[in-house]
Amino acid sequence: MTAHGTRQAQIQPNSPAAQLQERFPEAVQEVVHRLGETTVVVEAKALPEVARWLRDELGFEVCVDITAVDYLPNEPRFQVVYHLLSVSRRQRLRLKVPVGGKKPKVPTVTDVWPGANFYEREVYDMFGIEFEGHPNLKRILMPEDWDGHPLRKDFPLGYEPVQFTHNVEEIQRKKPYAKQ
Amino acid sequence: MGLVQNAIKWFLGRDMPADVAEIERERERRIEQMLIPTWEEGEKGPRFLLNMGPQHPSTHGVLRLFLELDGETVVRVEPDIGYLHTGIEKTFEHKKYEQGVTLTPRLDYLSNMFNTWCFCMAVEKLLEIEIPPRAEYARVILGELQRIASHLVWLGTHALDIGALSVFLYCFREREMILDIFEMVSGARMMASYFRPGGLAWDLPDGFEEAVSNFIELFPERVDNYEQLLTDNLIWKDRTQGIGVIDTQTALSLSVTGPILRATGLAWDLRKTMPYSVYPEFDFDVPVGTHGDVYDRYRVRVQEMRESVKIIRQALEKLPGGPFRVDNHKVAPPPKEEIYLSMEALIHHFKLWTEGMRVPPGEAYAWVESPRGEMGFYVVSDGSARPYRVHVRAPSFANLQAMPHMAEGGLVADLIAIIASLDPVLGEIDR
Repeated sequence: MTAHGTRQAQIQPNSPAAQLQERFPEAVQEVVHRLGETTVVVEAKALPEVARWLRDELGFEVCVDITAVDYLPNEPRFQVVYHLLSVSRRQRLRLKVPVGGKKPKVPTVTDVWPGANFYEREVYDMFGIEFEGHPNLKRILMPEDWDGHPLRKDFPLGYEPVQFTHNVEEIQRKKPYAKQ
Repeated sequence: MGLVQNAIKWFLGRDMPADVAEIERERERRIEQMLIPTWEEGEKGPRFLLNMGPQHPSTHGVLRLFLELDGETVVRVEPDIGYLHTGIEKTFEHKKYEQGVTLTPRLDYLSNMFNTWCFCMAVEKLLEIEIPPRAEYARVILGELQRIASHLVWLGTHALDIGALSVFLYCFREREMILDIFEMVSGARMMASYFRPGGLAWDLPDGFEEAVSNFIELFPERVDNYEQLLTDNLIWKDRTQGIGVIDTQTALSLSVTGPILRATGLAWDLRKTMPYSVYPEFDFDVPVGTHGDVYDRYRVRVQEMRESVKIIRQALEKLPGGPFRVDNHKVAPPPKEEIYLSMEALIHHFKLWTEGMRVPPGEAYAWVESPRGEMGFYVVSDGSARPYRVHVRAPSFANLQAMPHMAEGGLVADLIAIIASLDPVLGEIDR
């Protein structure tokens, strides 16, 4: 046995990914098996239906994790990543939902997995992706009045500039308290 | 007309300038909005809002809770988190993989070995390398010691919150022994960063096996001592039995993992059910509860400490010799002696410390069973020396969602017991 389980080369006929592809041929855009993990790329508008079907029919009872990745110059820009776990079948599945546009929007899955609540709030906070139908979509980690979404690739890594004689005035001008 | 406006009018002898008045009105409107629910009539008199934390000794960190109370009954709980947000996930994107290792212990500072372990596993998965058996066994031993240390902090503070002061002192006495072992191994007591992608930072020191076996000889007896103080203690039972109940289905749907899930009766332990590392080689049990209340969580965690001792004993017996990190010098540096003699080793060393290791493009999710539940690292690589995206699946973050479900309808005093039984670590919740 390798440390990471056996690697799957082909799609097995009974795997959740294959069943998903058979059930939702239009919604499933791509199935990838790599490093012993299965990733299914799903259209955003079919997500609630797919999620409900995965929970009820294939037994993915737990939504372990939701996050997003920002592939900035690409369009669609974001990929919302769902890690699902089936306790009864001891399987894992990764769903990916590409979203883009000025105001990225994904339907919520909180009605399927209530545990998605905090995760969707975190993705909204960090990436500015809206989850339509979320019961309480507001910032969770950043302050309420924070400007921007920190985990976007175009959000700079903040730092305190070092003051030297040549730039001290410029720095002081930018500091909020310096205006008083 | 607000109080402040009145005061200003009295002071100036005229109305405030328009923009200032506008700001004042806006402020008062907000305060009113916040206050409205406070005077709703409940069954036991007016309901009121109570702010608990973030600086509160029994919220185990900087957790802030909005409580809506009807008398002493909790009607609604809303956790407010983010006070310890340090942007670790963002920082990861700007650090090389080996630099990222030092960020991991800062997440869940009470079980830092597991964070580092999980991050290393995700990177190793992307690199498609297998680490030598000595490193795997060392990781298991240190990981299980860490589980005991983490549970000791939980037990001590949990008992302290409910009023059993002495347990805290005993727990920290034993934790100190574990921290001494960590210091011996890594040089640091809490932020060890001892695991590295590809194995360990350096080999286990002389006297390590002796120190660990001394500890596991002594520890089971100490667990008996804690149990003598608490398990059949009537006050302890009164405060914990039937409190904060959650059933398996609800727990699963709220993404709850770890001891809280096992206390509901489901034997879901990733070390058994989705094994990683060398766990299949060990013989141990997964303790489960029946009621899913605070008392069961206590029993499960205490039992887990005993099982950890079992695993450590077996791992120590089997601990193999040999290399402690992979022989792949694109990932792990060559031994120092080689650098003096071999040109190639010197180049590898130089490349590794200047450019860092290059991880093939792809994405991987690795998981470990941390003391709080499923800890996961989702690492996306674009082929460079820095990760494109690192996301931490923090067990406490998900477990915290179950708190309103457990606490609503109970008393404020029970809420304290529930928070302690969730064992949240804000470092990983806020990241």
